[in-house]
Amino acid sequence: HRADHPTGSRRVSEASLAWPGGPHNPFEVKVNRQKFNILGRKTKNDVGLPGVSRSKAIKKRTQTLLKEYKEKEKTNVFKDKRFGEYNTKISPEEKMIKRFTLERQQNYGKKNIYNLNEDEELTHFGQSLAEIEKLNDIIDSDSDTDERGALSAELTAAHFGGGGGLLRKKASSEQEDEEEEKPKSRKELIEELIAKSKQEKQERQSRRESALELTEKLDNDWKEIQTLMARKPPKSERKDKEAEKPKPDEYDMIVRELGFEMKAKPSERMKTEEELAKEEEARLQKLEADRLRRMRGIDEQENKKKPSHVSADDLADGFILDKDDRRLLSYKDGKMNIENVEEEEDKEEEEDKEEEEEQEEEEGEKEDNENEEGEEESATEDEEDVASDNHSDLESDLESEEEAAGNKEQKKQKTNENESQNVEELDPKMEAAKSELPYTFAVPESYEKFKSLLAGRTVEQQLIILERIQKCNHPSLAVGNKTKLEKLFGFLLEYIGELATLDLPELKTIDKLILPLYNLCQMFPEAASGNIKFVLRDAAHEMEEVIEVKGRATFPGLDTLIYLKITSLLFPTSDFWHPVVTPAFIYMSQLLTKCRITTLQDVIKGLFICSLLLEYVSLSKRFVPELINFLLGVLHISLPKQQAQGEFVSINELRNFYISLSCSSLFCSFKTFMPSCARVLFFFCVLELPVTPFSTSLVLHFHLY
Amino acid sequence: MGGSLPAEEDVLSGNSSAEDKYKAWMRHRYNDCVECLSELLGHDSFRVKESSLCTLMKFVELEAECPLVAEQWKGSIAFPHHLLKVVVNGLIPIHEDASLLISRFQEYMEFDDVRYFVMKAVTESIGQVMQKTKERPLPFYQQNVFSLISSINMPNKERDMVKFMVKQDKREEWKVSKLQTHKQAFERMWLTFLKYQLPSGLYKKVLVILHDSILPHMNEPTLMIDFLTVAYGVGGAISLLALNGLFILIHQHNLEYPDFYKKLYSLLDPSIYHVKYRARFFHLADLFLSSSHLPAYLVAAFIKRLSRLALTAPPEALLMVIPFICNLFRRHPACKVLMHRPNGPQDLSEDPYIMEQEEPSESRALESSVWEIQSLQNHYHPDVAHAAAILKQSLSEIEDDISGLLELSASELFDKEIKKTSANVPLEFEQVRGLFGKKNDIFAEHFALD
Repeated sequence: HRADHPTGSRRVSEASLAWPGGPHNPFEVKVNRQKFNILGRKTKNDVGLPGVSRSKAIKKRTQTLLKEYKEKEKTNVFKDKRFGEYNTKISPEEKMIKRFTLERQQNYGKKNIYNLNEDEELTHFGQSLAEIEKLNDIIDSDSDTDERGALSAELTAAHFGGGGGLLRKKASSEQEDEEEEKPKSRKELIEELIAKSKQEKQERQSRRESALELTEKLDNDWKEIQTLMARKPPKSERKDKEAEKPKPDEYDMIVRELGFEMKAKPSERMKTEEELAKEEEARLQKLEADRLRRMRGIDEQENKKKPSHVSADDLADGFILDKDDRRLLSYKDGKMNIENVEEEEDKEEEEDKEEEEEQEEEEGEKEDNENEEGEEESATEDEEDVASDNHSDLESDLESEEEAAGNKEQKKQKTNENESQNVEELDPKMEAAKSELPYTFAVPESYEKFKSLLAGRTVEQQLIILERIQKCNHPSLAVGNKTKLEKLFGFLLEYIGELATLDLPELKTIDKLILPLYNLCQMFPEAASGNIKFVLRDAAHEMEEVIEVKGRATFPGLDTLIYLKITSLLFPTSDFWHPVVTPAFIYMSQLLTKCRITTLQDVIKGLFICSLLLEYVSLSKRFVPELINFLLGVLHISLPKQQAQGEFVSINELRNFYISLSCSSLFCSFKTFMPSCARVLFFFCVLELPVTPFSTSLVLHFHLY
Repeated sequence: MGGSLPAEEDVLSGNSSAEDKYKAWMRHRYNDCVECLSELLGHDSFRVKESSLCTLMKFVELEAECPLVAEQWKGSIAFPHHLLKVVVNGLIPIHEDASLLISRFQEYMEFDDVRYFVMKAVTESIGQVMQKTKERPLPFYQQNVFSLISSINMPNKERDMVKFMVKQDKREEWKVSKLQTHKQAFERMWLTFLKYQLPSGLYKKVLVILHDSILPHMNEPTLMIDFLTVAYGVGGAISLLALNGLFILIHQHNLEYPDFYKKLYSLLDPSIYHVKYRARFFHLADLFLSSSHLPAYLVAAFIKRLSRLALTAPPEALLMVIPFICNLFRRHPACKVLMHRPNGPQDLSEDPYIMEQEEPSESRALESSVWEIQSLQNHYHPDVAHAAAILKQSLSEIEDDISGLLELSASELFDKEIKKTSANVPLEFEQVRGLFGKKNDIFAEHFALD
């Protein structure tokens, strides 16, 4: 202890002496242990600071070695020869002066052969020529306004100094003559020419402007007069001509028609059927391409970012408004673009309209349309009255109006005949009931109300009611309509489910109700998908519960099957992932694997689901193992018991066969295989015949081709 | 008091003192009472059974406190095992289900000495009963015995054994207080029970608890080898379940099982993706196949068989088995030839792999490809298709963790999908014309709207 103590204290003191900065971080200190303490020897290096010394060394190197390294193999040196650039003692002004003088000194005595007159300023009458040239331009522009010719005194004075003040005073016409006589220099001639042409240009411009102004004024004046002319003479003439000739001149009509045809803009013309078909085709192609993209599921993320072009709301609006829009648009065409409405056009439109209406009437929407028709008629007549004020020749208008009215009456008679025929075919009672249907409907608030609305109506009436509800409550008409109609989808779905659960399911009615369901779905995809998802979730959870209680599930009722079918009608089943279709897929595959087959009905339900699955994957050609398993199971249980493991067709062979069939040739053969397999099975199921090995081998042979 | 009880007539006619006579008489009345109570254990009413059980156990407790028979030599502790045996026989009747009574009996099994003597009594009872009815199966009896002995909670350490019904000194030297003796009794009881043919339901139940609550408490777990080997050979679900016990024996007790992997290979049949014990099986299979010393042909055969069977598997199993197969590829890079075989078989008929071959080495798996997984890229479930699409990418080095996927169920998948929300819902653009109105509708061919 005694021996150690002094050394320890010395170390500390030395360390503090060497680096007076204070005590060091013990981790930065390196202690060199001494094996022996030798008295009298001074120890220098027993404490080292590797961090500090390293940083010192590095600093030193950057100043010496690094510089050397950077300048290695570089012989060029940059020398700044600017005068006094780094000399702070000289003021900037002095520097400038010094540099200028230096530059001049350098250039002194040297002659640049290309620089003809470097510093000589050419003057004329003590004025620099450059300045005169500038002035020249100004004068030139001034001289445009006054038309004193190219060689006015001022101009010449400006150009040539006018021969000085004295000269000018003396010189009158003589001097001018003299000047004219004087041979002009080349430069002068050119300048003269330029000035001339400029002036001419200016003049031309001003002339054009004034002409324009005049024509405008004339136009305005004429317009004022024209209105006077247009109003008065025709009124007086009208009465005369009415009496004189009731027939319009055919030639006139054609001429006017031609005139209006010219005026109609090509972009606003009605599209021909071909074009419409083409457009429709293009639209479908685009949608199909979209569908394919979704099917492959490649760019799901990208798809999410950009809204798909089939924005459902757009589509829905377009769907309802398509007809009205077209009708309205043509009206507007006639009235807004062309000042005087031509009755022929109206007539055509009316005919079109009536055709449309006829179609609609065929659909069984008689009263509604008659109403509309009436309204439209009155509307058109009003418009005609208003428009007729502007007409220069009204006689033809009236005549055409009459014609139109006559046409209409004829048409009406025709349609009435049609209707009466229809009505004769239909039940008279129904006709009575039909007339009772109100035209406007509020969206029912609850399912009970909805049901009572449809109760006791025929299918056609139900369809009409649904259509009217949709029309009267279109989302574009009021704010709350959207949520109301969204509810309607749920009611309709529930109603369909209820129809399917009846003892005698009204499948025909359901079949008809699909169309309004589809339309509603197109309008409100979110709500529709929510509703169907809800139904699916309920069904799946119910199945889950049954499995928990009984161990195995039973096949669901017809309503669930119908819902699954509806799903395939409303949504694209080929998508790689779809919020509604994918859960439906999983649900169906679970049904096929977890449901116990106890009755013939179960088999048929299972085969229905098989067909559903097949339809779901018909476009995307996806692989559904559950389907194969199920069919296999059905085949297996339909084999007679003693032959189930018999030597003829072992179940494993069958399995391998199905697997190879479904995977290898990738579904094209499978697609044909499934339906016919189902058909054969149906055959056996319905006749309750046992599926013998012979029949199964028949199936196999049938499909090996 | 002490010594064996003489017959009642002998005592009464004999010339012993009145007090002795009285005592002997009392003992006989007590025995009669016990006999009556044991008969009541088979009564129809559960409440009667329950109360007689409780009374009998009370007797056991009292007898343990003050034994009727004097200790035969110094230091030995008397336990009324005869009385307990009566109770046990009442608990495992031959012709009815006594699970309710057995569950009532649980509270007494907490006592270490009671448990020990119950085990001994059960062993004895099984021997007697099964001997008598050699050929006839006794489902109720076996079921009762199973529910009694499967609920036995063996202590893990000797220190835990502190609860005794016998409140006597010198307990430390008593053999019942040794864990070793308990284990011996436990082992003998189970071996006796498993010696006889079991119904398949019970067989599965035994196998389910075997690895967890039987093997660890045996002195010699290797004694179970025979039972497990037989069970492994049965096939189907029983084999799958036996795997667990076998694994413990192989892993911890150096069991050498010939052709283990061949056997495991033959266990892979179409049902493995559908059975309840799927998670357990794949957990173990993962363990067995985790060794990197396995030959490539063997792993390839497993991969091929698993992927072939995957063609009939439900999506929840597929989601598990595809990462499983990928893990196998990662562990055995030699098998990666299966993943990339440009001109390989595309079809079942061209595939050189022989599915029916029992021997993995002769299945020609290495010459094949995993076209099955490729076909699964067209699976209808998007997640499965995604998982199968991993074949298109290069395999990452890190193994996938499949433990979370083992227990996946179909309803979970469904819930997961139905909970997903998406901003826009693509719609069918083809105009409908009714329920079966689509063009080329399959339904129109087969179904009518009547």
